[in-house]
Amino acid sequence: MTTKPKFAMYWAASCGGCEIAVLNIHEKILAVDENFEVVFWPVAMDAKYKDVDAMEDGEILLTLFNGSIRNSENEHIAKLLRRKSKILVAFGSCATEGCIPGLANFTPINEVIATAFSTPTTENPENILPIPDYEVPEGELHIPTIYPLIRTLEQVVDVDYFMPGCPPESHQIAAVIDLVIEVLKGNAELPPKGSVIGAGLSTVCDDCERTRNIKKIKEFGRIQMQHSDPDLCLLEQGIPCNGPATRQGCGALCPSAGAQCIGCYGPAEGVIDYGARLISAFASVIDSDDEEEIDHILDGLVDPAGQFYRFNLAGSLLRGSKAAVSVEHK
Amino acid sequence: MTNDNFEPVIIGFTCNWCSYRAADMAGTARMKYAPNIRLIRLMCSGRLDPTFIFKALAGGADGILISGCHPGDCHYIEQNYKALRRFQLTKRVLIQMGMEPERLKLFWASAAEGAFLTSEINKFVKVIRELGPLNWNENNFRVQIPIHSIEEEVLA
Repeated sequence: MTTKPKFAMYWAASCGGCEIAVLNIHEKILAVDENFEVVFWPVAMDAKYKDVDAMEDGEILLTLFNGSIRNSENEHIAKLLRRKSKILVAFGSCATEGCIPGLANFTPINEVIATAFSTPTTENPENILPIPDYEVPEGELHIPTIYPLIRTLEQVVDVDYFMPGCPPESHQIAAVIDLVIEVLKGNAELPPKGSVIGAGLSTVCDDCERTRNIKKIKEFGRIQMQHSDPDLCLLEQGIPCNGPATRQGCGALCPSAGAQCIGCYGPAEGVIDYGARLISAFASVIDSDDEEEIDHILDGLVDPAGQFYRFNLAGSLLRGSKAAVSVEHK
Repeated sequence: MTNDNFEPVIIGFTCNWCSYRAADMAGTARMKYAPNIRLIRLMCSGRLDPTFIFKALAGGADGILISGCHPGDCHYIEQNYKALRRFQLTKRVLIQMGMEPERLKLFWASAAEGAFLTSEINKFVKVIRELGPLNWNENNFRVQIPIHSIEEEVLA
């Protein structure tokens, strides 16, 4: 009988990139195996929900939960793992702020379902739609119910730590695993509950090596249309870069490769609404005092809501478009 | 959508140096405006963080009014232009997210324009009353904003 502390990882509404990022820590994965007993990790090993059900409460030491809460199954497992785990980490952008699946909150749920099952790209001539409960001669069948809005993990259960990133950078994951192992050995202490781990406090701009001057923007443009100066701040060149509101932690990978920051590390410390912070930052640097000219400059931002809420819609104050959120009123 | 029992909740952000004083002036001159508006005093319309607008809407507001000094009159030189730019961009985002553009309004009112402020507020309340409730907050879901206690008191 092993006495190693137990480790679990689960995916809810996510793409699987977080798991790949965990495997990308290379030989450090052996340290995970050395120090932990992996009890539940659907992507990597065979495990059944009933095995988790059978565990004592708080038996798992560390659970990394990636993915947002899209349906009743996600919520059920989130609650189950919360009960069974001492430390529950919202791992990756989906669990912390909704991420790409959270973009579905722009659209009412009936349209989301229609797009998935009733558009010309789907072969479904009889327009068969999923039914949560279905009677067959052998008995009743159940599938999970889809929820009107995507939720972040924190909106469903109590979360101990948040680890942002889409996916979290492997060196940050390795550092967090190192920390937990040191804590197990009694050489370090865990950060206070509710902390963001595996990332910095400031913004991506602080890590970005491009030159920054006073920003004055006369025109916004998409990156593929601009001849960008490789050494100058992208936002200064009118390329909508989300760096000013995004948490540091990635090492400014995108701007150093010539692409704008899209904001996958989520809001920086102290930012309440990520999109609002970006609206503030972008609007402040527009070089015009004339209403019509400002309007003309803003036309260059083709999809402002998508630009500002690409990763953060479900975790934002409004949580979705008006049509999607007010569905729950009916 | 018009509902006779509907009383709109409107949050008004006003500048300390002009619109808030215009409201004061309206008060001392006994000019009446609809009680649906809750005025919040900012030191400048340029202090208006779009977060305030989103929080108000998510917390159940049906309309947002922003008022500052006339162009060229800003107490802080040019921050009302910044407010204008933020207003325009915030409005674009909110329209894209399905809000009627009439629910967010910006106008300039100096400290002497109590009567103008009253009439603008009354007009705005009428527009929102006709639009009906916004309902951008989910049932049983409360907006939560982390509040950190102030660690150090800075004396003026």
